[in-house]
Amino acid sequence: MAEQELHFTDEELNEIEKIKAKFPTAKAATLRVLWVAQKKYGHVEPEVQALVAKTLDLPESHVHGVASFYTQYYKEEMGKFVLDVCTCLSCQLCGGYDVLHQIEDRLGIKAGETTDDGLFSVQEVECLGACGYAPMVQITNGVYANNLTEEKVDKLLENLKNGKMPEFESMVMRQNEKRIKAATE
Amino acid sequence: MVEDWKSYEPLLIPDIPNLHKIDVYEDNGGYEAFRTVLGDQDKWSRKNVTEEVKAANIRGRGGAGFNCGLKWSFMPEPDDRPRYLACNGDESEPGTFKDRNIFEFNPHLFIEGALIAAYAMSIDTIYVYVRGEYIDWVNKFEEAVEEAYEKGYIGNNILDSDFSVDLHTTYGAGAYICGEETGMLESLEGKRGYPRVKPPFPAQKGLWGNPTTINNIETLANVPLVINNGAEWYQSIGVEGHTGPVLYGISGHVNKPGVYEYPAGMPVMDLINDVAGGIRGGKKLKALIPGGASTPILRADQLEGVSMDSNSLREAGSMMGTAGMVVMDEDTDMVDLLWRITHFFHHESCGQCTPCRDGTGWLEKVMVKIKNGNGEIKDLDLLLDMTTMMEGRTICALADAAAWPVRHTITRFRDEFEARCKKSVHAVA
Repeated sequence: MAEQELHFTDEELNEIEKIKAKFPTAKAATLRVLWVAQKKYGHVEPEVQALVAKTLDLPESHVHGVASFYTQYYKEEMGKFVLDVCTCLSCQLCGGYDVLHQIEDRLGIKAGETTDDGLFSVQEVECLGACGYAPMVQITNGVYANNLTEEKVDKLLENLKNGKMPEFESMVMRQNEKRIKAATE
Repeated sequence: MVEDWKSYEPLLIPDIPNLHKIDVYEDNGGYEAFRTVLGDQDKWSRKNVTEEVKAANIRGRGGAGFNCGLKWSFMPEPDDRPRYLACNGDESEPGTFKDRNIFEFNPHLFIEGALIAAYAMSIDTIYVYVRGEYIDWVNKFEEAVEEAYEKGYIGNNILDSDFSVDLHTTYGAGAYICGEETGMLESLEGKRGYPRVKPPFPAQKGLWGNPTTINNIETLANVPLVINNGAEWYQSIGVEGHTGPVLYGISGHVNKPGVYEYPAGMPVMDLINDVAGGIRGGKKLKALIPGGASTPILRADQLEGVSMDSNSLREAGSMMGTAGMVVMDEDTDMVDLLWRITHFFHHESCGQCTPCRDGTGWLEKVMVKIKNGNGEIKDLDLLLDMTTMMEGRTICALADAAAWPVRHTITRFRDEFEARCKKSVHAVA
C-alpha cells in the first residue's frame, strides 16, 4: 500500500463507538472493527491492522493474531468480487468441484488467484451452512448463490461482470412452501 | 407420536407468513410465555422455570444433546458479578443449516426463549453469536431484536417488572472452532477462537471470568413451547429419551433437500424416502451421516429400523449430533468423501494441541496418498492407529470429531479403501 496515514472517518468512528458499547472491553470489539476496516479498505493488510490496533488502543500483535486466525478477513488485496466456492461434504457430493472447476476455466485462474483485471478472486472454502442448497457460492462475504448449475454459474459470472449482484434468496421450508405462497400471492 | 408424523404441524417454524415480524408473532400467541412468567413470578419463580425446562428434558440441539434445564441449574447463586447468556448461532458443522431458518422465519421465538432463560438464571446480558458468513441473517435478526426493544420485551424493567436484560448480536469471521462453546467465548472476547481448558466450566468462569451459560439457538427456541404447554406435553412429542420438535437438515443425494421440522425420533428411512423424496435419479441409498460431519457414517444396511434420536442412533453406532443428515447414493466414492472430511478438520484445527494440529494434518496427508492410488494396506491401519492417539487427548472435541469419521468410514467401508491401495509390496512365494 502507498505510504499514507490511514484513518477512520467520523462516521466510522461513530460506528466503532456503538460496537464498543456492546462489550465491557475494547478488545472484544476487535473482530467487528476489523470488519469495519475491511469494508473500507477491501482487505486487512498490516497497515490496516495497525489502524485497528491504534483505534482500539491494543497491541498490533493482538490484532494481527485475530486477523490471521479468521478466514473471512482478506490478508491481501482481492478482486472486486471474491467467489467463495464451497466444496465441503454436501457440496462435494452435489458438484461443488464442478462449480469450482467451471469458474476456474471461465476466468482462466486457479483457486487462490485473482484475474488480471482485478475483477474476480476465486477461493475454495469450507462449509458455509447452505448444505440443502448445494452446490453454492458466496460472493465477497455477502450474498449466497444457491442450487447452482452450469447455466446458473455462467449467468452469475456474466451478471457480476456487469456489476449486478444476485439478490438474497429466501429458502422457505418445503413443508411451508404451499401455504406461504398462497398467502403472499 | 412419531407414527403420526404426516399430520405433524410445525411448532418451531409454523407456516405463518411474515411470522418474523413482531406484530404477526404476537397475534399468534408470541411472547405469551414470557408475559406469563413475568406476570406471575410466584408461580414462575426462577427456580420453577428452570425445573420445568429441566423436566421437559430439551436435549441441546447444537450437537451434545445435554439437558438444557440441567445446564441452567449449574449457574452459581447470583453475587455482584455480571452474568451472561451466550447464544451459539455459529452453525459450522458441515451438513448443518437449521438455525439460519430460525433467524429468518421465527426469530422472536428464539428471542423469547433467550429472555426466559435470562430470567431463570438472573442474567443481565445476552450475547447472540452468529457465524460471519451469515451476515444477511444477522441483519435480518437485528431487525427483530430492534422490534423487541421497541415493544419493551428487552431493556430495563421489562413489562413493568423488576427484570432487566440487554441483548447484543455479534458475529465471527470464519472459523469452525468458534462453534465450540469456549472457542466462541474467546471469539466474543475479541480473540482467536482457542477453546479453553475445562474446568473451570463456563458456569463458573465464562465470559470475562464471569458466570456464563451457552445454549444453541434451536435449543432456546424450544423454551417458550415448554412454558406455554408444560413439560409433560413436551415429553409427549418424539420418543422416550429424546423429545420435542427437531429441525432436520437433509442434504446430499436426495430429491428434495432442505430443512424439515418433525418430532425427535423420526424413522430415518421415512425422512429419506418420504420427507426428502428419496434418492436422486432412482439410485440406491449407500450411506448416511446422521448429524453433521463428525458423527459416524452408517451403511444403508445399518439403517433398518433406526430412528433419529440419541438412543436409537447410539445402538446403530452413531450419534444425533445436529440432525444435519447427509445422504449418499450408491455411486459415492468413500475414499474421496473421507479425504475431503480430513481436509476440513485439518483446515479448521486451531493448532493449540499437538495431537490435533499434527494429527489432523497426518490424517489428510495419508488420505491424499490413498486417494491418489499410492496407499498401501498398512496405511489404513496407520490411520486407525492415529485416531486412537488423537481421541480424548486434547483441550476440545475437535480432535475426536476429526478421528471418528476416519475410524468409522474405514472400518465400515474397508473393502473400498483396500481396493484403492496397492495390492502388495513383496511377492510372497
